[in-house]
Amino acid sequence: MKILVAVKRVIDYNVQIRVKEDNSGVVTDNVKMSTNPPDDNAIEEAVKIKEAGKAKEVVAVSVGEEKAQETVRKALAVGADRGILVKVDGVIEPLAVSKILKKIVEKEKPDLVLMGKQAIDDDCNQTGQMLAALLNWPQATFASKIEVKEKSLEVTREVDEGLETIEVNVPAIVTCDLRLNEPRYASLPNIMKAKKKPIEQISAEDLGVDVKSRIEQIKVEEPPKRKAGIKVASVEELVQKLKNEAKVI
Amino acid sequence: MSREKMEYDVVIVGGGPSGLTTAIKLKQLNSDLNICILEKASEIGAHILSGNVFETRALDELFPNWKELNAPIKTKVTKEKFLFLSKTKSLSWPTWLLPTVQQNHKNYIISLANLCRWLAEQAESLGVEIFPGFPASEILYNENGSVKGVATQDMGVDKDGNKKDSFEPGIELLGKVTVFAEGCRGHLGKQLIKKFELDKEKDPQQYGIGFKEIWEIEDKNHQEGLVIHSAGWPLDNSTYGGSFIYHAENKQIFLGYVIGLDYKNPHLSPFDEFQRFKTHPAIKKMIEGGKRISYGARALIEGGLQSLPKMFMPGALLIGCDAGTLNMPKIKGSHTAMKSGIIAAEAINEHMKNDKDLSNFEEKFKQSWLYDELYKARNVKPSFSWGLILGIIFTGIDQILFRGKLPFTLRHKHADHQTLKSAKEMPKIDYPKPDNILTFDKTSSVYLTGTNHADNQPVHLKLKDPNLPISYTLEEYDEPAQRYCPAGVYEVQTENNINKFVINSQNCIHCKTCDIKEPSQNITWVTPEGGGGPRYGNM
Repeated sequence: MKILVAVKRVIDYNVQIRVKEDNSGVVTDNVKMSTNPPDDNAIEEAVKIKEAGKAKEVVAVSVGEEKAQETVRKALAVGADRGILVKVDGVIEPLAVSKILKKIVEKEKPDLVLMGKQAIDDDCNQTGQMLAALLNWPQATFASKIEVKEKSLEVTREVDEGLETIEVNVPAIVTCDLRLNEPRYASLPNIMKAKKKPIEQISAEDLGVDVKSRIEQIKVEEPPKRKAGIKVASVEELVQKLKNEAKVI
Repeated sequence: MSREKMEYDVVIVGGGPSGLTTAIKLKQLNSDLNICILEKASEIGAHILSGNVFETRALDELFPNWKELNAPIKTKVTKEKFLFLSKTKSLSWPTWLLPTVQQNHKNYIISLANLCRWLAEQAESLGVEIFPGFPASEILYNENGSVKGVATQDMGVDKDGNKKDSFEPGIELLGKVTVFAEGCRGHLGKQLIKKFELDKEKDPQQYGIGFKEIWEIEDKNHQEGLVIHSAGWPLDNSTYGGSFIYHAENKQIFLGYVIGLDYKNPHLSPFDEFQRFKTHPAIKKMIEGGKRISYGARALIEGGLQSLPKMFMPGALLIGCDAGTLNMPKIKGSHTAMKSGIIAAEAINEHMKNDKDLSNFEEKFKQSWLYDELYKARNVKPSFSWGLILGIIFTGIDQILFRGKLPFTLRHKHADHQTLKSAKEMPKIDYPKPDNILTFDKTSSVYLTGTNHADNQPVHLKLKDPNLPISYTLEEYDEPAQRYCPAGVYEVQTENNINKFVINSQNCIHCKTCDIKEPSQNITWVTPEGGGGPRYGNM
């Protein structure tokens, strides 16, 4: 089996996000960037499948600016065999990303595409699903357990009601939940080795994909500040306030 | 279990100005050298915090063409003020009456973190290997006692010391020379000073705690290039400290406060003094209507030449603020740290070529402008032990009339952990509550630092005696850790009339103040798991 893993470079989850003064977006200059956390789970799972002898090659792909190379390199440092960077400047929407990934899938012919369930920057949760639709492949989203069978996968999904286990035929798209595994650390020797692994750079134009935005962003604003809470003396007072002030019951 | 080993010509601990400069200079002198830099932060710059008004002297030597290389040094100092504050008034001191060391018209307002990021790019393009997220946690020695290198921290250990599934053992980085450039109060530097008695016959080291906030202020209050320093309120005459306000680009100001850690009153809270400072009418009118966007704090080293340890030892050098090359009257340590890096690189290069021992560092240092600068600066900080007013008068005589050439050297008498008086003897200080507009609490401040440490890891703030905080320090000093820590790591909680000392180590912003100020030296700061700590942007 060959596995393709898609990874995205996002603002580190510990960074306090700041909105630009002109409301055109969030500040990214001199901000620490990292791999999208559930994408780390996707890479980890791919490497685990390979270590279990069920996959021959793990290819990491990212779509983004030049610096997204660091994200691909990180994937190589934890066990991916080679990388692909599709270079696109500026904001890129899920549809364009899935069209690019479709081209990569057609070229690489993997049996399984893994990626995070969503990116923590735009929280879209669309790319995996759109890619499955474009390829007409089965999809299993929000995976918290993946079992590789002969020609299928048994995937446990984190759904609102609890856990759902489904079986999908390969080739398939699986999007990963944070509960799937605990990503390993990149060790120093492996970081060194990763520097020697190949990363192929392609541009979106070379793939013939139109990456034009289809969504017009009007403005980005901070959420309203939370008002200070108060202490109530009794249950009666609480009920009365919920009824008359908050008007929620 | 034997750890994996990696060999280099030079291993550098710390990716700040001195470590990066050493690496760059070494590569310029001999491009064949294999050099690596270990950095505990998740990326270069993320643990860097500084004012910063930057003197380019060392950078001019390292990269004469730094302007063409697009170094992030853009805002020239255009105007300067020095203010004496009383509770409600401010008195502006004429700039021409300031000692030349405190004049900044040739300097630039910069973000040191961004400068380090830029230096890291230059270093990498010269072939230096930089490993962020890998703290050096242990010094390795040869059988003859010389330094052999360092080991990185094990990753994936739980709080009880058990290996998790993700356990990744540390590795040994061996260097022909190891350079320690951890910054002020480096935890390995501290061990080296002790083992090799580098501070023999030197005065006790002196430290300060520095705070910095970045504010975006209203256009009408902003004057790009303006540099303001102040002394006086809210500190009393006997406490050493002052503020800085630097008007940087993009309507930002870098607002900060430094307090000497030789303060005496255990009830003093450096954090709250800084917060209170912002309510002074002269400061308030500047930041009103603005927004605080960053916060951070870091200990700084102030002892100067009297306290500067020997900087070489068998197999290793100790440089920058890890040794203590900051120039106190200039309130600048970046150019001196970088110069110590240049000297280190020259000494190492000769050492490798001619098999000279590393004592050639000392010769080069003594012949350099760095030594000259520190020599002239040496009497300023100790004179402030007589109080602000006498300190200023003496500094005027020493720096303006004699230009630092008085024929005697004042001594530092006490280490900072020895200066606290009993809590009962000293007045309590009633700090105003934060208004969440100009002044804030520690929790919301730490939030801005982006600090995180992986869950369930061993506490990296070690107590020699776990009972001491409650059995002694609480009674004698009202447990000052609750106040000197700028991140709210230490708390005394009372439950059923029983006091408990709590360490919220996940909040630690790696300032090292506890390691310095704890009156019994009961707290030792060690490196947490790699990548932990603050994620400072342009600090």
